[in-house]
Amino acid sequence: MTEEKHYDIVIIGAGPAGLAAGLYAARARRSTLLIERNVTGGQIALTSIIENYPGIEEVDGFELGQTMQRQAQKYGMEVAYANVTSLERREGVHVVHTTEGDFSAKALIITGGADYNKLGVPGEERLTGKGVSYCATCDAAFFKDQVVAVVGGGDAAMDEGLFVTRYASKVYVIHRREELRASAILKERAFAEPKMEFIWNTVVTEIEGADAVERLKLHNVVTSEDSTLDAAAIFIFIGHHPNSEYLRSYVKMDEGGHIYVNDWMETEVPGLFAAGDIRVNSARQVVSAAGDGATAAIRADHYITDHFQG
Amino acid sequence: MAKPKEVTDTNFEQEVLKNTKPVLVDFWAPWCGPCRMVAPIVEELADEYAGRVEFVKLNTDDNPNTAVTYGIRSIPTLLVFKEGKPVGQIIGFRPKSDLKQRLDAVVTPA
Repeated sequence: MTEEKHYDIVIIGAGPAGLAAGLYAARARRSTLLIERNVTGGQIALTSIIENYPGIEEVDGFELGQTMQRQAQKYGMEVAYANVTSLERREGVHVVHTTEGDFSAKALIITGGADYNKLGVPGEERLTGKGVSYCATCDAAFFKDQVVAVVGGGDAAMDEGLFVTRYASKVYVIHRREELRASAILKERAFAEPKMEFIWNTVVTEIEGADAVERLKLHNVVTSEDSTLDAAAIFIFIGHHPNSEYLRSYVKMDEGGHIYVNDWMETEVPGLFAAGDIRVNSARQVVSAAGDGATAAIRADHYITDHFQG
Repeated sequence: MAKPKEVTDTNFEQEVLKNTKPVLVDFWAPWCGPCRMVAPIVEELADEYAGRVEFVKLNTDDNPNTAVTYGIRSIPTLLVFKEGKPVGQIIGFRPKSDLKQRLDAVVTPA
């Protein structure tokens, strides 16, 4: 194993919360490392358009993430692409064990965000990448002039569903309730889109197809009727769960895996902060995550000054 | 750094299928965020595996036929070809260490 590297502030997760924390930490002249296992930007890397980040009228989510990263790197933030395998508290610092070596941190900020939920039905795993998709912006273009389905009733489902209508001939939105959770503006757009048709009170019970998605088995939760729907793709947006499973024994969290923090994003563990979608009561917005990240970094800077004579 | 060569529907057979070396094809499109993350990793791998594996990229917007032939329905997809046949497939963004592991499994060691 390579030698342990030391930092003032280590941040786990390069979504908006982590990137904002990195910017503030680096500008506080703290040696700062941001660890990411996947794509810079987190959930926004897969979002086609972001139009609710104040001051920016419209931006491609991937681009926003890249810009945030460049901005923080300009002030000295370092980035490592690695999987975190475990955490350890040792002599007042946090040690982060990863697939690319070990890093110690005087203050550790967890901004691991959330991952999309899967349906958990037969056929889903086998046909992922073969018509089962969790990213409309990545895959919609492969279903030009075809009939597809979107599952979910929140902002992500409407936003991505609307994106799919640019390509598909027809988009069925399958939702387990009779009304949408999505924000009013997205609802209006979805209802006005002629290619979108809503299938209410319905859940998907199976995804069928030999080498690619061909049809869905549906179940109406009100009438208990079963039916099938021919579709070449199914885009799934049924919420998220926090990426905190590996932290269960390290820090206190609620049953859903959200980490408890105070108004300063401090957990009960000294020098450990959590910000963004991974914390309790997050508004789960880019702007609130970025605000959380800034708050956590400011507090982490103070924490280091108070505890490490620096 | 070795930039993977752009291949097309027209020269896919010549460049990939008839290649005597294993070929990794990066199926991508300009609008795909994760594809833009995969690209620099593929470039690094192209350096590390130089001489043993050829690295090429195919824009699925401009070259839909090849994407259809190989049933590509999600990008980024990396396909490794050996003697004209696909022998390995990776769908979606994966960290470099994962890609190396998968690549090592299908190519001859250095």
